[in-house]
Amino acid sequence: MTNNEKHIKEPFMHITKRTDIKPYIAWLIRLIAIVAALIVSALVIVSITDYNPFEVYLKMIEGNFGSERKFFIMLQNTAMLLCVSLAVTPAFKMKFWNLGAEGQVLVGGLASAACMFYAKDSLPSWLLILIMLFASVLSGIIWGVLPAVFKAVWRTNESLFTLMMNYVAIQLVSFFIMVWVPNGSSVMGVINQKSENGWLPPVFGQKYGLNILIVAILTVVMYIYLHYSKQGYEISVVGESENTARYVGINVKKVIIRTMVISGAICGLTGFLLVSGTNHTVSKELAGGMGFTAIMVSWLAKFEPIMMIFTSMFIVFLQKGAGEIAMTLGLNESVSDILTGILIFFIIGSEFFINYKINFRSAQKEAE
Amino acid sequence: MATAAIELKNITKRFGSKVVANHNVSLSVYKGEILSLLGENGSGKTTLMNMISGIYFPDEGQIFINGEEVVIRSPKDAFRYKIGMIHQHFKLIDVFSAAQNVVLGLKEEEKFDIKSVSNRVKEISAQYGFDIDPDKKIYEMSVSEKQTVEIIKVLYRGADILILDEPTAVLTPQETQKLFAVLRRMRDSGKAIIIITHKLHEVLSLSDKVAVLRKGEYIGTVNTAETSESELTEMMVGKKISLNINRTEPKDPTNRLEVKNLNCVSAEGIKLLDNISFTARSGEILGIAGIAGSGQKELLESIAGLQPISSGNIIYHNPKTGTADELKGRSPLQIRELGVRLSFVPEDRLGMGLVGNMDIIDNMMLRSYRKGKTIFLEKKSPKDLAERIIRDLEVVTPSAQTPVRKLSGGNVQKVLVGREIAASPTVLMAAYPVRGLDINSSYAIYNLLNQQKENGVAVVFVGEDLDVLIELCDRILVISSGKVTGIVDGRKADKAEIGLMMTGANGGDSSDK
Repeated sequence: MTNNEKHIKEPFMHITKRTDIKPYIAWLIRLIAIVAALIVSALVIVSITDYNPFEVYLKMIEGNFGSERKFFIMLQNTAMLLCVSLAVTPAFKMKFWNLGAEGQVLVGGLASAACMFYAKDSLPSWLLILIMLFASVLSGIIWGVLPAVFKAVWRTNESLFTLMMNYVAIQLVSFFIMVWVPNGSSVMGVINQKSENGWLPPVFGQKYGLNILIVAILTVVMYIYLHYSKQGYEISVVGESENTARYVGINVKKVIIRTMVISGAICGLTGFLLVSGTNHTVSKELAGGMGFTAIMVSWLAKFEPIMMIFTSMFIVFLQKGAGEIAMTLGLNESVSDILTGILIFFIIGSEFFINYKINFRSAQKEAE
Repeated sequence: MATAAIELKNITKRFGSKVVANHNVSLSVYKGEILSLLGENGSGKTTLMNMISGIYFPDEGQIFINGEEVVIRSPKDAFRYKIGMIHQHFKLIDVFSAAQNVVLGLKEEEKFDIKSVSNRVKEISAQYGFDIDPDKKIYEMSVSEKQTVEIIKVLYRGADILILDEPTAVLTPQETQKLFAVLRRMRDSGKAIIIITHKLHEVLSLSDKVAVLRKGEYIGTVNTAETSESELTEMMVGKKISLNINRTEPKDPTNRLEVKNLNCVSAEGIKLLDNISFTARSGEILGIAGIAGSGQKELLESIAGLQPISSGNIIYHNPKTGTADELKGRSPLQIRELGVRLSFVPEDRLGMGLVGNMDIIDNMMLRSYRKGKTIFLEKKSPKDLAERIIRDLEVVTPSAQTPVRKLSGGNVQKVLVGREIAASPTVLMAAYPVRGLDINSSYAIYNLLNQQKENGVAVVFVGEDLDVLIELCDRILVISSGKVTGIVDGRKADKAEIGLMMTGANGGDSSDK
């Protein structure tokens, strides 16, 4: 029974948690991750296509910065993604897993579209816009607060609840498009094409100017709200430990519901901006997966609104770049998805090396 | 001289680049010997033992079993070398019987015959003087019975070297005596036993040798017969300290908090508190003694407004207004708005009293962030408070902006107690405020409690070390399974008497038989 294996060596490697890491080392690790991702992507490009990887990368940059129009589309997309990210951030900070931003944006957009569709030219544009804004925010709140009430009162699982609400929202949009579009087509055309009633006016000569401006202001407001307001503090405490929150007399139910009102309201606002400022119509793809991408944006930025400007821009850069190479180089859309996937995989993976250190056997002996 | 059953040579273990949990530790245990591994919390005792039992792997050094060098990479290896560890937190399956738990995880060719397992368990029990029913389910067992199962589990596997991590922490004095008798019998039958503890009188009464660790450093091994309590303390702490608590007479005690016939029922319908009545008086420390999980947590939380109460009253006598207010049915916020200055140091420091990921300043704000009429936080006064507490209570921290989870246990507790005292309470409740603290920090906390008592605060102190309770408290309330089994005078209290009350032997339930 006791066969003493003398020759067992110590484990080949083991993983230890880093206690402190200097910020520049953390950024170095992230940079290395991006470089590594570009190298791996290059290998993939070379092995499955005939293109020079550098050419592909250059196209990606062109897709975002190639012309003034492209640049502003990139900014507009960033602003919209950032807006949804700002919406989910307070909920996530509270550890309320709001996976329903997609649906909350959709109902917000639907509400705006409905106002435009039924009002047509009967109201002055500014009044219509205000009504649209109100309707969108309200619908976003309803979609967000329902799961919150159920969570606060009956402790239901908010991830499933918010997720399911997305499908309800999608079906609602399909339903109304069927009602609104006479010829049975499933595509809704641009609403108020001629009068542009209910369309956000251009700012600084830019069509998307107002969208970008509103989201920029919202980013600063959210930063202040999370860091310097009493409510923001309550969100942090509830998120870190519900027991502590109860202990100091915070009404946890109230905080959950209030925070989801805010989260839903901003989602609704995004829907409004998308309909009134960008598309002037509604479709099932209005949110285009932003409700989920926003979660990644928020996490990557560690729930910091200012950092989220960069993470959302990064994600949009990848998406736009991928679209560009698919279009101009005639590459299959899947190839660009693969490249995006590789980059994101490496970046998220790099967090492991920031939090943990791997000690190898030989390295250790040398250290002695 | 015979070869040691187990010998450690120059063992070093680091966590990350900065923390050295064990540095150059060497010790040996012979067959038929009990070695106490003594050291304060955080001195590396458990880490060292985890390396023997295969949970951690040492960075440097060698381990010898019966004179042969071995490499222990997993608990399986440890088991092969007949090493058995009894952890502080039991690892048992509640719905299984004792015998089923004993054979759990064993690989054998043929099917288990639970009957023969039971018989073998009975044999082991008889040999060493355990008292256990192999067919009893774990969830029906008391803490000491569960511990017995853990010990039998390693003996069943043929362990010759037994390691016990703080085995007496959860036991009453009577149960401790029983355990020690068993351990002595095991020693006499030739087992090598290592017991981790920080209770000095246990070390002296049980062990043959004492090895002392201090901050991961190996200080030395002494023969128990040739040492004394003060020498061991000095080895542990590194300097001479006096272990006396200065208990002053209560200053004109008046009733401050009256608990009357308090009952609490859990969501599953189990009685947590059963008709509890007592009075906490100003200028006095009321101790609460009891086996862990006897309702201490629920009692304090129901007073603080965190635990729903099914019946009974909690009356607060406000010294300012002279009114008597009912706290039952009020939330923590409502209690504060009533003008009740109730401070509470909960058992779960980082899970309830503080937020681990927040810095000291933000943790100060937990109690005060509502102040001010604007919607914005006011950070100046919490910052001042944080700095004052760091200075006055000698909190060791890089800065006031350090997350509290990065502080050591003693410093975390100073931050929490400091904040609660800063609210100038009239009632201060503290649950296990010195658990996990080193000797110096513990005495610092006792002094703070005594100061509050002198300031006329009604202090309620839930403790686990009976010696401390008897030294510190003016009166001691003993509870057992949610019932009060007695209130004794701290100056006249007898440890054995309290121990009996803790098991419920005294008081109203003598009709159980």
